Amino acid sequence: MEKLIDKQRVVQHMNGRLLRNNVLKFLFFLATLFGLIVLVVLLYRIFTQAIGWLNMDFLNNFPSRRPENAGIKAGLVGSLWLMVIVAPVSLILGVGTAIYLEEYAKKNRFTDFIQTNISNLAGVPSIVFGLLGLTLFVRELNLGRSILAAGLTMSLLVLPVIVVAAQEALRAVPNQLREASYGMGATKWQTIYRIVLPAAIPGILTGSILALSRAIGETAPLVVLGIPTFLAYLPRGILDTFTVMPMQIYNWTSRPQADFQNVAAAGIVVLLVVLIFMNSIAIFIRNKFQKRY
Amino acid sequence: MAMTDGNRSYSVRDMIKENKKKQSGQQFVEWLMPKLLLLTATISILTTIGILFTLLFETFIFFERVSIVEFLTSKEWLPWDGKTGSFGVAPLVTGTLLTTAIAMVVAIPIGLASAIYLSEYASEKARKVLKPILEVLAGIPTIVYGFFALTFVTPLLQKIIPNLGIFNALSPGIVMGIMIIPMVASLSEDAMSSVPNSIREGALGLGSTKLEVALKVVLPAATSGIAASFMLAISRAVGETMIVAVAGGSSPVFTFDVTKSIQTLTAYIVQVTTGDAGYGTTVYYSIYAVGMTLFVFTLAMNLLAQYISRRFREEY
Repeated sequence: MEKLIDKQRVVQHMNGRLLRNNVLKFLFFLATLFGLIVLVVLLYRIFTQAIGWLNMDFLNNFPSRRPENAGIKAGLVGSLWLMVIVAPVSLILGVGTAIYLEEYAKKNRFTDFIQTNISNLAGVPSIVFGLLGLTLFVRELNLGRSILAAGLTMSLLVLPVIVVAAQEALRAVPNQLREASYGMGATKWQTIYRIVLPAAIPGILTGSILALSRAIGETAPLVVLGIPTFLAYLPRGILDTFTVMPMQIYNWTSRPQADFQNVAAAGIVVLLVVLIFMNSIAIFIRNKFQKRY
Repeated sequence: MAMTDGNRSYSVRDMIKENKKKQSGQQFVEWLMPKLLLLTATISILTTIGILFTLLFETFIFFERVSIVEFLTSKEWLPWDGKTGSFGVAPLVTGTLLTTAIAMVVAIPIGLASAIYLSEYASEKARKVLKPILEVLAGIPTIVYGFFALTFVTPLLQKIIPNLGIFNALSPGIVMGIMIIPMVASLSEDAMSSVPNSIREGALGLGSTKLEVALKVVLPAATSGIAASFMLAISRAVGETMIVAVAGGSSPVFTFDVTKSIQTLTAYIVQVTTGDAGYGTTVYYSIYAVGMTLFVFTLAMNLLAQYISRRFREEY
């Protein structure tokens, strides 16, 4: 009589399957590590290239045709100036939109339309926002290559990110809080302003800081706006022209002299330090203030 | 009846009056705020309209000077050549497709493998550590990736492929792929994680190995989410600018040779806007036509991604 289950064959077959499982598990793990390895190599390369060029002079000098004199001061200050516009404009517009969508909007076609529109905007390439800014702000509104024009362009670019983050933060506020507030006789706006918004602020801030750090690293829209890379003075108001760190780095990478590659690396280190600083603030806020209800 | 409190006297009537005054102010705020908030919400729509109008309007002017047939069919993109130049968008499109294809060859297998590892094999602890570190990759400014491609990846590749140019399609393509890995991994992992455990347990109970569960059960169940993540990745690669502008070169040639210098749609816009093409010249308007092409491309991919994830979502 033939056996129903041939134990030996099953074991033999099983070994192959288990082996395949283990081999592929290892490969999947390697794939996950690949990204991390590239990250380490990238950072190591940039830091070793930058090390001899990073000093106080580099932070204090304006750009120069000679690599040893080149500095990032104009870009560093310019990036901060950019934030002066982007932070308030994108926050007010983004959080306002999110409050409208989450607290006021009825579920209808129009709301769906706004929502779809926002997720589509998030997928529009940043350089296309540059074309919008060039036509609308630089040329039509005659703002020139100013901090204001660049800031408004960048605000529109990061708007979808802030809206989505703020929506998630508002959605995470439990309904009991709202009901308790209404129960005490508060009106809708009072409830939103005094109860819901404060509860959602950590989440909103975390998302917004990440969005702002994206704005600091963006280059393409500013290139299209025609923001100069070579400025030997600091802006004094929002209608002045200016430059930012990524633009300076872009300029340095495209220069033929080999030493400028090291200057670019030094610039990248400064940019990354600023970004890491902003990200750690975001993580700090998330860990410190995020309550669980 | 009146109550006295120091010098002031309160009658119930006064109190009601005062309350009413306060309430009318409140009612005004209650009336005003939704309208103000709606106004901010419409900004996003206005932005889209603004983008569409600027692109359409300026592209229209471009097509008054250059025939749309030439734009779509000619294989020569020589905007600075002679008085009229030659505007066939094909070389820019092939340059874009070439770098995008290379990026996908890197990002899709590695991203998907990472997603499988994170969702099916990794412990909760390992996932909590690995995922955020992986996402750091997505937060690095693209100009930094451009620099990395030009100064590290290209020289490295030149040791393997000796006839590789300083500017080529291969190196920015690979680096772009690396940049996109976290996006594919994260979105695919979300799709796979949302497959309910009961299905996994069913397969395991029948004697499957973890690998068989992952490949034959979870992956097919999460197909729509994974496909949507690929579409978004393609859209991202098509729209990526600084990596290709720095490391891809500026030779709009109709070629599929990855070792040669190419130019993408985005890199062309950068080249024109950093140079000094005067306002009102045909070259100036050409960036809008190129931008329009780019916009249509990425919008189509994004809409496709949304359609796939909505239409084919498996409900459990």
